[in-house]
Amino acid sequence: MNSGDHLSRQYDQELEDLRTRILTMGGLVEQQLSTAIEAYERPDLALADRAIDTDRKVNEEEIELDRVVVNLIVRRQPTARDLRLIIGVARIVTELERTGDEATKIARAARWLSDRNRNVRAPRLRDIHLSALAASRMLRGALDAFAHLDGTAAAAIIAEDRDVDQQFHAILRQLITFMMEDPRTITPSLDAVWVAKAIERIGDHAKNIAQHVIFVAHGEDVRHATPEQLARALSSQEGPTG
Amino acid sequence: MKPSPDSQATIDMAPVTVSADATPASVPEAPQAKAQVENLSFFYGEAKALQSINLPVYSHRVTALIGPSGCGKSTFLRCFNRIHDLYPGNRYEGAIRLLPEGVDILSDALEPIDVRMRVGMVFQKPSPFPTTIFENVAYGPRLRGLRPNAAIADKVEQALRSAALWDEVKDRLHSLASNLSGGQQQRLCIARALAADPELLLFDEPTSALDPIATASIEELITTLRETVTILIVTHNMQQAARCSDYTAFMYLGELVEFGATEQIFLKPGKRQTEDYITGRFG
Repeated sequence: MNSGDHLSRQYDQELEDLRTRILTMGGLVEQQLSTAIEAYERPDLALADRAIDTDRKVNEEEIELDRVVVNLIVRRQPTARDLRLIIGVARIVTELERTGDEATKIARAARWLSDRNRNVRAPRLRDIHLSALAASRMLRGALDAFAHLDGTAAAAIIAEDRDVDQQFHAILRQLITFMMEDPRTITPSLDAVWVAKAIERIGDHAKNIAQHVIFVAHGEDVRHATPEQLARALSSQEGPTG
Repeated sequence: MKPSPDSQATIDMAPVTVSADATPASVPEAPQAKAQVENLSFFYGEAKALQSINLPVYSHRVTALIGPSGCGKSTFLRCFNRIHDLYPGNRYEGAIRLLPEGVDILSDALEPIDVRMRVGMVFQKPSPFPTTIFENVAYGPRLRGLRPNAAIADKVEQALRSAALWDEVKDRLHSLASNLSGGQQQRLCIARALAADPELLLFDEPTSALDPIATASIEELITTLRETVTILIVTHNMQQAARCSDYTAFMYLGELVEFGATEQIFLKPGKRQTEDYITGRFG
């Protein structure tokens, strides 16, 4: 017996299409995120609009991938690694769609800032930039881990989330100081808080995707797991033996 | 039902051991075993069809046997009620111990008919006797000497109720069993088996000749019956194994490849061969 393809080539093709499609959706969200961050940092109205517009495509892709997942379950009654892949994709789709929503929040803040009629003194925090880079890196890493079904790489992404959380709290402290020093900056500072929070949530979604990758690769559900439980899950074999 | 005094004399009280590879790791606390298969090999003449199988059959649970055609799952099932004894040249090695007393049902000293009183079987194709519904179910109790007729009638009603058939046939108990639908005939065969108060009930692809509605009613019945009897079922339909069973054993080329809780086998099998089979990567 072989352990590669299914007896049904059509089924193989459907699973391959599912994998490709979720990675394509991931790429779209990555692009949306980087556009939104750039739009906020400049700020740039056209870029902000482009990021908001991309969210529509992300939402459409969510609906379409959900349809493919339901179709696969109905027609193929998947089991074992096929089932884990399909369930994993269904969960990752939701994380990606929510990541898209967070990117849209950043783009809306950029839109507000880019209005030339507003004469605001907005805080330009290097930590927001660094935090955005870290969250983007996490998202890319989680998608790469999915592409290679690499549980170890996924675990590293999960560990990175703590840094993004700490950066958010540091940003919050700086913004509070900023607002106390100059009350005229309260409105743009609050916007910056929402942006920083959106970035922090994107880190959470990337962490969740990494957890789903471990479920797909190892069959272990590590949501809400302690670091020790996570290590144990990873030490379980990557796949069946024999 | 207890074994006859004669069969009690053959009870082998050897300690029961469960092989490490056949104990499901994913179940924190396994229930008590109703039967324990120990190094069971089976030969059709010179051909070895089963290779040293070790397996616990847990009490009041449904255990499904899955595997490709020719893997030995039906051969294995039929060892439990000694059907192989009907053909010359067939030979067993090892033991199947009924617990808790530990009697080996493969022992030459035990009469196959005594085994079959304790281990019932339902076949792939409904096989009612060419007589009335009532007489089909009354056959076993009569054979065991149950008297008077009122007691037999009670037994028949009880068995038909347990097989979820009573309401459909109570007004035509003396009609021919062959007038029933396929699904009803199969439930009648289950009632016939239940009337003997078996400890273990064997199902050999019990729904392969039935439509989806009749299949669903048999599956529902299997789930209900485990409260009173331990069930071992051979099925080609993996979704049926996933739906009905608590434990699943995967067999290939006469060997037990993997045994575990059904959820674990269908979500995260431990052996590559199991995964390839249940995901449709080989048939």
